[in-house]
Amino acid sequence: MDLIDILIEWFPYLISGIFATLGLVASALVIGVLVGLPMALGQVYGKFPVRAVVGIYVWFFRGLPVLVLLFLFYFGIFPGLGLDLPAFFVGATVLGLRGAAYQSQIFRGAIQSISEGQMIAARSLGMTRLQGIRNVILPQAVRIALPGWSNEYPNILTDSAICYAIGVAELLTRTSQIVSQTYVTMPIYLVCAGIFILLNYAGLRVLHEIEKKIEVPGFGTGAA
Amino acid sequence: METIQFISTILMPALLEGLVITIELVLITAPIGFLLGILLAVERVYGSRPVVLLCKIVVGFIKGTPLLLMLFILYFGLPSIGIVLSGFSASVVGFVMCNGAYSSEYIRGAMGSVKEGQMIAAQALGMTRMQAVRLIILPQALRRAIPGLSNEFIYLIKYSSLAYMLTVIELTGAGKLVATKYFTYTETFIVVGMLYLVLVTITTIAVMLLERKLAVPGMTTAGRSALDIL
Amino acid sequence: MADEEYILRVENIHKSFGELEVLRGVTFDVKKGETICFIGPSGTGKSTLLRCINQLNKPDDGHVWLHGEEVTNSGNRINYFRQRIGMVFQNFFLFDHLTALKNVEIALIKVRGMDPKEAREKALYELRQVGMEKWAEHYPAELSGGQAQRVSIARALAMDPDVILFDEPTSALDPELTREVLEVMKLLAEQGMTMLVVTHEMGFACSVATRIMFMEHGIIQEQGSPDQMMSDQTFERCKNFIGKVTGYGTD
Repeated sequence: MDLIDILIEWFPYLISGIFATLGLVASALVIGVLVGLPMALGQVYGKFPVRAVVGIYVWFFRGLPVLVLLFLFYFGIFPGLGLDLPAFFVGATVLGLRGAAYQSQIFRGAIQSISEGQMIAARSLGMTRLQGIRNVILPQAVRIALPGWSNEYPNILTDSAICYAIGVAELLTRTSQIVSQTYVTMPIYLVCAGIFILLNYAGLRVLHEIEKKIEVPGFGTGAA
Repeated sequence: METIQFISTILMPALLEGLVITIELVLITAPIGFLLGILLAVERVYGSRPVVLLCKIVVGFIKGTPLLLMLFILYFGLPSIGIVLSGFSASVVGFVMCNGAYSSEYIRGAMGSVKEGQMIAAQALGMTRMQAVRLIILPQALRRAIPGLSNEFIYLIKYSSLAYMLTVIELTGAGKLVATKYFTYTETFIVVGMLYLVLVTITTIAVMLLERKLAVPGMTTAGRSALDIL
Repeated sequence: MADEEYILRVENIHKSFGELEVLRGVTFDVKKGETICFIGPSGTGKSTLLRCINQLNKPDDGHVWLHGEEVTNSGNRINYFRQRIGMVFQNFFLFDHLTALKNVEIALIKVRGMDPKEAREKALYELRQVGMEKWAEHYPAELSGGQAQRVSIARALAMDPDVILFDEPTSALDPELTREVLEVMKLLAEQGMTMLVVTHEMGFACSVATRIMFMEHGIIQEQGSPDQMMSDQTFERCKNFIGKVTGYGTD
């Protein structure tokens, strides 16, 4: 069995694939928060047009398959705008915009679960609405949302493999390249699956550690 | 107006053929996945220790592995050990595994929320454990699992697009072929996306109606909005 | 001259929620150092009146003046007035993600722009005033109702308000916990804090209030000092009400 030899020989390939995959996931999570959190605020505190726009955005990005979104942006929208963007960038953007649609709903639920009295108390101390959101609502919403948000990580991780379809050199792409070069299929695929499962487990551990770090009595974060 | 003509005469006919394949994939997968989900869930709750462990490993493996990788394993990997599947069959097998694994989690969770007294009362009436599971526990658990299961069904519609990566010309694949041939990516994938949105939205409405119909006083989930389901 | 004497003037406040007319023209003036207790059956607009004073509920009609400056229709300046008008709520409304200490200092830092070190000292001082210094690092979920309410009083005190509004501060508390909160409030009254208190605690009202206002059907029906209330004929309706709820004055 020369699997070990193959793995050693192609080790740099796998490592670069792992980094690309983690890069996709990290950018998707970051974009998800940066776009999803304001959307959630808009959906809760915004006027009707804002709520409608956010609602349509969420409907669109959650209703379309990842693969279709990737094709649409990589072959259609970005080139149509005259942008020749690297596949990695497109993959990260699509996963991020789609993640924002899902995450916005997690944040929205968290914000809506905060009792009205918190804002009333903030206003009674002379805070503006914006100060109340920033100092009182958001810190609580983030804590409430974190467990649900962490659960987005495995989804984004497994979805990131679909970026194979537009040629992002992530883990599945690298794996396929090794397979086509070595004609060893099953063992290599299983190694790839093992790496994904490991990344899944490790990432969740990190997120749960963060949950514990910012835990506050009275906010059950459910961190095991 | 060229675009409209392109869409109506070239794109739509091709897409509708693909759409039929997508619907076939979904309709074949869903019932088998559902049954697999029940089986995995029941075994994980009532099975012997090794069975529980085995189910746990299987579910963990399926959930942790990207679906696309699973499809590659089934389509490109299995022939190396003498099992050759067509793209369509490999897709169905992959979707069933994925759908079953995730569904089992919802069903298991719902079974856990059925009160302990239900099992005791059933056994007190002389039912065997299996009868009690079949007649008392599952009917309650499945009702509670409906929101999760319907989410999985909608995921299935969307993820069936991955069959294209195994050369199955379903909706996304049909779109890709037309788009490449006529170099009309944006229009094509917008239309493809709209068709998925139609499928998903119809399903969502159907799910909301189903939830209302199957609701039992006292164990009803509060009505969900469409955005919660999508 | 008269304007300077009264720190808070409330004039002809009206407020409806949909069809329901909750306040039907409430007028009164508050002198510095007064403790005014509002009593009366539930649903007669006492809490709404307090919220109309600091504009948490916008009155449909009428005016509120603080030190001769109009609080109603003050636009963005309302946030300035709310710093000058403290409020304590029935359900405390402590910020659940912050320790007792941080609950007290947050508005000092974020609203007043106070230096964090200075704010901390001030917050600790206020917690000491209400006997909660030892609990400074605890979160709201770790406090009893009485403790939480004392922290929320400290939070209001920290802003150095001209007047504090108490909206049924003990209604959510058990009798023993009620006592510790009322003692803090009594101390404040003795130190000369101006307070408007909506309460059902007749004992507190009679012993601490400088004036008692009996509200019913959205207006102030009767008012006077506790002594007047005990003796005066004009307090018929009020005594009737008190007799019903507590048995007080039935002998």
